[in-house]
Amino acid sequence: MKLDIFLQQVPDGDGTWWQSLASGLQWTLLVALLAWIMAFALGSLVGVARTTDKRWLTRLGDTYVELFRNIPLLVQFFLWYFVVPGLIPSVKVWVTTLDPTQHQLVTAIVCLGFFTSARIAEQVRSGIQSLARGQRNAGYAVGLTQVQTYRFVLLPMAYRIIIPPLTSELMNLIKNTAVAYSIGLTELFFRTREMGEMTFRYFEAFAAATLIYIVISMAANRVMAFIERRVAVPGYIAGSH
Amino acid sequence: MIAINNISKWYGGFRVLTDCSTAVAKGEVVVVCGPSGSGKSTLIKCVNALEPFQQGEITVDGVSVGAKDTDLPKLRARIGMVFQNFELFPHLSVMENLTLAQIKVLGRTPEAATAKGAALLERVGLAAHAAKFPGQLSGGQQQRVAIARALAMDPIAMLFDEPTSALDPEMINEVLDVMVDLAKEGMTMMVVTHEMGFARKVAHRVVFMDKGEIVEDAPKEDFFGKPRSERAQLFLSKILQH
Repeated sequence: MKLDIFLQQVPDGDGTWWQSLASGLQWTLLVALLAWIMAFALGSLVGVARTTDKRWLTRLGDTYVELFRNIPLLVQFFLWYFVVPGLIPSVKVWVTTLDPTQHQLVTAIVCLGFFTSARIAEQVRSGIQSLARGQRNAGYAVGLTQVQTYRFVLLPMAYRIIIPPLTSELMNLIKNTAVAYSIGLTELFFRTREMGEMTFRYFEAFAAATLIYIVISMAANRVMAFIERRVAVPGYIAGSH
Repeated sequence: MIAINNISKWYGGFRVLTDCSTAVAKGEVVVVCGPSGSGKSTLIKCVNALEPFQQGEITVDGVSVGAKDTDLPKLRARIGMVFQNFELFPHLSVMENLTLAQIKVLGRTPEAATAKGAALLERVGLAAHAAKFPGQLSGGQQQRVAIARALAMDPIAMLFDEPTSALDPEMINEVLDVMVDLAKEGMTMMVVTHEMGFARKVAHRVVFMDKGEIVEDAPKEDFFGKPRSERAQLFLSKILQH
């Protein structure tokens, strides 16, 4: 393995292969971050909806989760990129105002955001349901409304309980951004393949990409572990009184 | 204060409450007892609408619990409730457990809520534990905090759902002592419990339930002296043996 390849100029490019991978990494991180924010917000809403006593709301939430969980992620990318704009005229009009990179970026964020939100919704639902039913009653009994009971009683504990599975979802999301290469987004995996194909130095390219994915996934893991320690409840052991 | 009129409740096809009627007057202490599965916890949860019921009517201070237009959070805020498993909010400190609803529901300032909370912790003998979390307290201490949390709302009546059943024996008395004091001060109380010593000491009336029905509803002296029904006699002979 010769590392000097990373310092060579990209043919017809504006920098070295090292800079090309770094720019790919920026897209990867941007997509992961924005998709995570979207997934967390949507997933929380849908997860909460599935634990209410409104029949139609839980049904709607269940359907949402099944829809995004049961279609392969790669297929979802193509659906969002090629099919959805054709189905919805206003989306089509809007998409034509975007340049191709923006279109790929928005598609990647929306696709990964919905996909991951369905999984987070499932975690949030199980977190709330793992709390004793008495917690909900205790919130109601002191006069809190349903919204207040979720906000101040159920969700603070549910989120704490699901930090470990949420960590897995965040790491999955980071790795899933690689699928965005399929619609042409120039993220890390796209740049890695490009480097391999143009230089035939597949080993160096993929060794670098592997290392980078491991480092950012592990960093995400550490951040979540830090949060978990920071919000730990003194004297509380999950699932017991 | 609390009027329960002909309440019936079904879980699917299974009838858990049959035509239950009783009442708790202002300042009265009513103990509800009966074998497990008799529906007593379900009945007391109907009083603040934690459990829905299909027939009958319950009014608390003149407000119908089952009516569609009743503001349930507002009604519940006026009725204190203590649960078998304490149900303190584990992520909040003891003081925050006492102030949350005061601030969010009653709109008190944090200062006023904290002052109220401190006075109540003093009263239940836990002033030194305000900054601790529920998980750091014993069961008896947690239940006393739960009583203080309910009292912080200045309730017009208190409901106790088997408040000592989840406690180790040596902690039962510290909780009962707080409840006895409360009863002596004239608090209106409805208490589901097997603690017949407590009933003898402070109850005005005893309601005995079996299989979802109120079998006996009598002044304390009558109930312990000469229960009319065979089922109540059998129940008393079983739990008073030891």
